Amino acid sequence: VCFIPGGLDCSISFVSHVVGKVCVHGRQKEILSVLVPRLTDLTKSDCIWQRICWRLVECVPDRWMEAVVLGFVQRAPGADVLSRLLGNLVVKNKKAQFVVTQKMLLLQYCHTTAVLQNLLGYLSLDTLRRALLIKVLQELLETWGSSSAVKHSPPEQQQYISKAILICLSHLKGPEIESCRQELLTSMMEGVKCHLDSNLPQIRRLGMIVAESISSKINTDGPVLKFQYEEDDEVRELQSLLVQTPPFCVVPSLPDDDRNEKADAALPLLLESNKKSHTAAPVMPDEESDAELDSDDDLIPYDMSEDKELKIKAPVYIRDCIEVLTGSEDVDKWEATVKALESLVRKNPAATREVSVELAKILLHLEEKTCIEGFVELRQRAQVAVLTTDPIPVAKYLTSQFYSLNYSLRQRVDILDVLVLAAQELSYPKSLGKTKHSGAKKPCIQLLPGSDSSKDWRRIVDERIKSKTRRFATGQSQVELASGPNEFNSVAGHFFFPLIQHFDRPLTTFDLLGEDHFVLGRLVHTLAILMYLAVSTVAVAAMGKALLEFVWALRFHTDSYVRQGLLSSISSMLLSVPTECLLEDMTEELLETQSWLEDVVEKDPDGDCRRLALQNLLLMENLKKKLRTVPS
Amino acid sequence: MALPPPDPQFVLRGTSAAVHTLHFSCGSQEPDVPTLFSGSENGFIHVWNLKTHRVDTALDGHGRKSVYCVETMGGKNKLLSQGRDQRICLWDLAEGRTSVTDSVFTENVGFCRCSLLKVAQERWLVAMAAKALEEVQVLELPSKMSVCTLKPEVGAKLGMPMCLKLWQLNCGSQPLLLAGYEDGSVVLWNLSMGKVFSQLVCHQEPVMSLDFDSEKAKGISGSSEKVLSIWSLNEQQNLQVYKTHKLVNAGITDITIRPDKKILATAGWDHRIRIFGWKKLKPLAVLDYHTATVHCVSFSDHKTPSERLLAAGSKDHRISIWSIYTQT
Repeated sequence: VCFIPGGLDCSISFVSHVVGKVCVHGRQKEILSVLVPRLTDLTKSDCIWQRICWRLVECVPDRWMEAVVLGFVQRAPGADVLSRLLGNLVVKNKKAQFVVTQKMLLLQYCHTTAVLQNLLGYLSLDTLRRALLIKVLQELLETWGSSSAVKHSPPEQQQYISKAILICLSHLKGPEIESCRQELLTSMMEGVKCHLDSNLPQIRRLGMIVAESISSKINTDGPVLKFQYEEDDEVRELQSLLVQTPPFCVVPSLPDDDRNEKADAALPLLLESNKKSHTAAPVMPDEESDAELDSDDDLIPYDMSEDKELKIKAPVYIRDCIEVLTGSEDVDKWEATVKALESLVRKNPAATREVSVELAKILLHLEEKTCIEGFVELRQRAQVAVLTTDPIPVAKYLTSQFYSLNYSLRQRVDILDVLVLAAQELSYPKSLGKTKHSGAKKPCIQLLPGSDSSKDWRRIVDERIKSKTRRFATGQSQVELASGPNEFNSVAGHFFFPLIQHFDRPLTTFDLLGEDHFVLGRLVHTLAILMYLAVSTVAVAAMGKALLEFVWALRFHTDSYVRQGLLSSISSMLLSVPTECLLEDMTEELLETQSWLEDVVEKDPDGDCRRLALQNLLLMENLKKKLRTVPS
Repeated sequence: MALPPPDPQFVLRGTSAAVHTLHFSCGSQEPDVPTLFSGSENGFIHVWNLKTHRVDTALDGHGRKSVYCVETMGGKNKLLSQGRDQRICLWDLAEGRTSVTDSVFTENVGFCRCSLLKVAQERWLVAMAAKALEEVQVLELPSKMSVCTLKPEVGAKLGMPMCLKLWQLNCGSQPLLLAGYEDGSVVLWNLSMGKVFSQLVCHQEPVMSLDFDSEKAKGISGSSEKVLSIWSLNEQQNLQVYKTHKLVNAGITDITIRPDKKILATAGWDHRIRIFGWKKLKPLAVLDYHTATVHCVSFSDHKTPSERLLAAGSKDHRISIWSIYTQT
């Protein structure tokens, strides 16, 4: 399609119709990839061509307007080009306005950042259109700040809206910000609240970044909002959207197919990193070395080999540790005790068993007295050590405390973490290191030209560890892995059932089904892990049944983190409970669950939930297949 | 093969409180008894008889507030003590008396030990931390007249003065003051003009103690970190860092150079006393006797070299007396 230049008075509406029809039939790419570059070149300096272009798009019939506008916005290499091509179309044409301000921003979220930049930049470039920009920002903020949107819309859409908000903010000028300052502030406060309430870290972070940006725009002097979050590529990308480059930075159009990538490359990618000002080093003149003329002395040094770093001795007995942790004012000793506690507990299992519940209580309530590195980890490892040494009483204590009054969220989540770590430890076979003296447990084979005395190999390996080994004439081609009884077997039930017991009984300070959905999410994930680790234990079938009922009761929970946990629980259950038990005892429940899973796959807004549900359905299919292949 | 470090010659017990300061007075002839003065946290100054190893007298002049500096003024009959009751007391101990003859109200609630210098017969200068945060006041004793007040310039941010040393090159020359401050710098003050000659940042942490050898124009300072800093004074009265020495454990409470300038001793938070050679700061010995922080070390002023002693007072209520490197 090529245009005839010149002063001919031609009617463009026919061309508009053609373009419109082609676009609506889905051939946007073909036609616009030729049209748009040509138009960009032609309209660069020539006003007549600009007007021709505007007439072209204005004449497109309404029913095809959406496709055309969408195509133009996606293909234009920059906001200024889009401005040249479309002119004030959005102001003149209602349909175009709807597409640009509503549909592309609020109803769709598939477009790239570059497209967003084009669109919003386009809106900002003309005074007539700026009013639309502000309107758009207000609507975006309304969506961003609505708690139901935060809860129910997919994370990808939320990210898209956040990006759009940041780009809008970058285009706003001072007086405009002043005029809508109050609204910005209100929506920021509401929005940040619902974002921080979410269980998904990504949503929280989005909320924090947007809130910080809004705050920095409206409070140009004075303190701004500052959150603490981990910086990674996504964060940096979002922050870079706040700064706009001037339009002449955009790479001049080349006859290239992937224009969007070019537009991307032209945008600034990174903000300047904060250069920390180095604190001035203390003024120290260079050291002079005087040559000592007289020989140094007849003063003979004494033996100083004992002069080592001073270490505070930690107590050696468990009961001493308890004393130090509960009463002692001596902070050095307290620190040394905290550091040494885990190894002491593991070395003295009998002594620990005598005081296990007391020790667990002290550790649960232990606050950081001085600043020790890794205090949280030290405490957790000590708790795990106590729990694995004496599982049943300590598990009983911990699970009962989980549902008690007046614990902080951190303590309750601590309990869950400790139970999981201990369960993991108990369910794995004992490490190889313990059986070193028997010598048989080398993980790899070393063959040697020795022929006989296969009976002596045990003794010889003991004696000469690094030297020659013997060929095992007994024909063992694989060393057996260390094995031992599954210690989790006897205690799995004690870990699991008390946690499930009271979830629907609210206390004054703790309401799992209400506000504390964060803990509920963690609880569900914990149960999933415990279920998984309980494979090959005796209680696994009963656990599976209880877990299935629990999941059934909560299956419509509004929080996506909780739903993800519920779906993982089902996976664990399908993997751990032996197939026969599943199919004998739980057939009806499994069928109900299957229909629920199908529902989730289709309708759940969260991508992770859908994926997990699909996995579960596949697992169920595999079970059925397995049954069919087993000869009856 | 190096010998193991020696044990204390004897240990003085009986203060029943942490010992913060020590001062020997052993220079006089027989029949005068060699004496050691010690100041404790319970406000008592004990006068120890080094022959019998017992307390001869206990002086109570600071209202049971900790005594952190004790000095003699020309012989053991006149004593100066400084306590946490914000007073410096002058004692008359001749002929068995135990009375406070005079006192100076310093209005300072810090821990900075005062420094005493004899400038003429019966005239001393004493430098002490003053009431205002960064100031040092120099008084003349016994008249108690103020000689000067040393104020750092505005914005210097030196912090409190932590340790002081008045010195003069020889009798009759200008007295000068070396002060170690909370920000880790050592400042040389000109007393006649009340101005700073030179300032040197020696440490990142407060300077806990310093000592100076006026013959070699070299000094040493210790801090709460692991480094000892040795600095020198050149002809233009400028301080320069000469050397630093890294210690095994952090924290020095007191440093003192022996009067013959051969060795020096440091008292540490790690309960140990370290002996170094002064010429090159060669580590000579680590004396590990005390079971708590050593607060002070002091060398005796015996006329006979072989009788020289080193005393160390600690938070564990004991004073250990050592005889070390007495042959030179």
